[in-house]
Amino acid sequence: MYGLGILKGMAVTFKHFVATYMDDIFWASRGGRYYNDEALAVRQSLEGRGVITVFYPEEKLPVPERFRFVPFLVTDEPAPGQKWGHEWCTSCGICAKACPPQCIWIKRGTQPNGRPKPEPEEFYIDIDICMNCGLCAEFCPFDAIKMDHDYELASYDRTTAHIHDKERLSKPISYWREIAPRKAEAEAAARDFAQESKQKKKGKRGEGSDEPEARLEEMKARQLIYKGELY
Amino acid sequence: MSDMILEAPHAGAMPDSAEDPIAAATAVLKQRFPDHIQDETRDGYEGIVVHPDKVVQVSQALRDELGFNYLSSITGVDLIEENKLELVYHTYSINQGGPALVMKVQVDRDNPVLPSLVPVWPGAEYQEREAYDLFGFQFEGHPDLRRILTWDGFHGHPMRKDWKEPFFEEDNKPFGSRWPGGEVSRAEEKNPFGKNVQYPAGWVPTLEEPEAETDSYAGITYTREQSTGLKTDKVTINMGPQHPSTHGVFRMALTLDGETIVGLKPVMGYLHRNHEKIGERNTFIQNIPYTDRLDYISSMSNNHGYVLAVEKLMGVDVPERAEWIRILMVELTRIVNHLWAVGFLLNDLGALQTPMLYFYIERELILDLFESTSGSRMMCNYMRFGGLAYDLPEDVRGTPIMKFLHDLIYDRLPRALEQGDVLMTGNEIVRARGIGVGYLSAEDAIAYSTAGPVLRASGVQYDVRRAQPYSYYEHLDFDVAVRYNGDIYDRYLIRLDEMQQSLRILQQVLPHLQETEGSSIISGKPQYAIRMPRAGESYGRVENPKGELGYYVTAKRRDANPARYHVRSPSFINLTALEKMSLGHKVADVVAILGSIDIVLGEVDR
Repeated sequence: MYGLGILKGMAVTFKHFVATYMDDIFWASRGGRYYNDEALAVRQSLEGRGVITVFYPEEKLPVPERFRFVPFLVTDEPAPGQKWGHEWCTSCGICAKACPPQCIWIKRGTQPNGRPKPEPEEFYIDIDICMNCGLCAEFCPFDAIKMDHDYELASYDRTTAHIHDKERLSKPISYWREIAPRKAEAEAAARDFAQESKQKKKGKRGEGSDEPEARLEEMKARQLIYKGELY
Repeated sequence: MSDMILEAPHAGAMPDSAEDPIAAATAVLKQRFPDHIQDETRDGYEGIVVHPDKVVQVSQALRDELGFNYLSSITGVDLIEENKLELVYHTYSINQGGPALVMKVQVDRDNPVLPSLVPVWPGAEYQEREAYDLFGFQFEGHPDLRRILTWDGFHGHPMRKDWKEPFFEEDNKPFGSRWPGGEVSRAEEKNPFGKNVQYPAGWVPTLEEPEAETDSYAGITYTREQSTGLKTDKVTINMGPQHPSTHGVFRMALTLDGETIVGLKPVMGYLHRNHEKIGERNTFIQNIPYTDRLDYISSMSNNHGYVLAVEKLMGVDVPERAEWIRILMVELTRIVNHLWAVGFLLNDLGALQTPMLYFYIERELILDLFESTSGSRMMCNYMRFGGLAYDLPEDVRGTPIMKFLHDLIYDRLPRALEQGDVLMTGNEIVRARGIGVGYLSAEDAIAYSTAGPVLRASGVQYDVRRAQPYSYYEHLDFDVAVRYNGDIYDRYLIRLDEMQQSLRILQQVLPHLQETEGSSIISGKPQYAIRMPRAGESYGRVENPKGELGYYVTAKRRDANPARYHVRSPSFINLTALEKMSLGHKVADVVAILGSIDIVLGEVDR
């Protein structure tokens, strides 16, 4: 019969229509159709049957732990009264070298005696160019640069607001633990592991001679994270 | 299916099948053209070097007698040290599968003239235009040798090694200014008309360019006598670049007789950023996130092709778990892409939004998995040389990963595909608009170098996963979907078939994921600075959802950047057949024909 194909298609559409309203009715008595996080979690999942719209920006889907957006710099917890704590960054430059669009630039600090200081004097990320690839965070040997979850960066002034400086980039480690608890835990374990083997070596060989070895151990521990064994 | 396609080439010319077909064909060619063919002598390189005078004859012999009837890729290479330009042709045998017979032609860099291969393989047309545009090759006998990716007022040939772009900073990344001094000046702070900007002689940037536009239509010719009935003038109209049906910024210059198409020239390059030049300045690993942005619907498979090419060059192995996860991701990407393609094709056919949005619901679920695994829904940047960036996550939006995958693959996706099938396949309007429209014969599909669903919908059973298996595809049980009518409707159906086959593959992958749980996902240490251990060339090709995606990578020993990086992009090359498919149809059909090719402009324009 001509038109049967269309009718069958309409039946599918009708099923979706009914399923959507069944869902709405089901959730109406359990916290409401809209703005209901619990309902959203189910209706957005594999179990969801009907059609659903997320009312951004009133409603937001939670982002997974590995979500990556423009990077930030990890610092120690700021001491009371201070704005931010000690930077973990040693200005080794690996992130700037790994960055595909070359959006990171770092001015390395100098000590009074003229030797390089393991802390950046200036650290910039041009977020207009940043492609959120995450290579900087992946290859940082000090866990000092991490990918952020804050994706709402729109501003009225493109030229200055979109070059993030050290002050804008720095966030305390507690923030990282909050947005990526499992990752932070695995990384902390790797650091402890490295520290432990460093201590062992120290006992064996005496002080001062073990710096490259310790770095190696930390790289090994990092391997475990890459392989997912510490997750 | 046409008999010519499946029939093996006649026995006389065909080498013994026990032998290596490439070596046998090379021997035959050398015997035939003893003075014009040389062996490739460079270490790490393969193929034959053909004298420019005999390229056409050698190609004809390859196509007609030796069975290498499919010209896949044409790559220009600038050998600046030897003052030569080289053109690399990858030809394959559709009937036999297997690796490429690589043919190279070297010409003088200052006078790069060589015969065009369009008379032998019409599919060479746009690729030769690209080689002309980016390298300056002069193809004698090419029907329409104009710039294709850059604009008509562009000065120079950007892929030549001595061409420097405006605001040129350094030859290779990483740039020295980023660290430790941190003295960066941003491009936009420089004068846009500063000394580093080049224009053709006599061109003034402030004047309008009167000639450029008409060039687009120069190739379209017609006579009044062709039309029957009432003698009317032909009309040339522009479709695009700002047209919703062109799937991005893409323009078609159509010549119409009434409403019937008598000429069609695609105009592209609006998204051109010279991906290949960027790629040659990047370090090897920096290219991975850039490949995401080629065909941005299927970034996982783009990653795959590139890492395969570089892994071949580096000679690294991939752990078992990483291979299985790669196949998992790539096949899910195929489903994502085909859901998208079918949704938009139906959109173009007038089933506005409804099927597309239903497919999106499923696509979102797969993207949830990508996001939980790699950190990004579309720009995944997930694969690394020798493995993967991360293992699978513990959970996806709170569902444990294996349960999520199981439910997705065994329950959710089969149901959704079934539903999508009922929704539209039998629809009388879709059938009326699809059947018999945009016909491409099997012979033409091969001659025009089309790949992927377009090729297979024309009755050519050719799939890189079977023809030259990579990863673990040889261990997997699946059918190469094929349809025989070569019209829009078959190109719609074949995508549904391929999704079913992908599901079959995924169901076989799941137990392996369970078995390899906890084992390593990358061989060796993840490195940000890779030095290539040997010089050489490598061509990695994968069956991308849109067709054969190939990466041609060459490197010098101890180099951190590729010397040449070329992308054989299926969307771009499939467009070569667009005019052939569209002639004689109506304007409204062109929209659907373009939709049935399934292009992504990020990949077309590169």
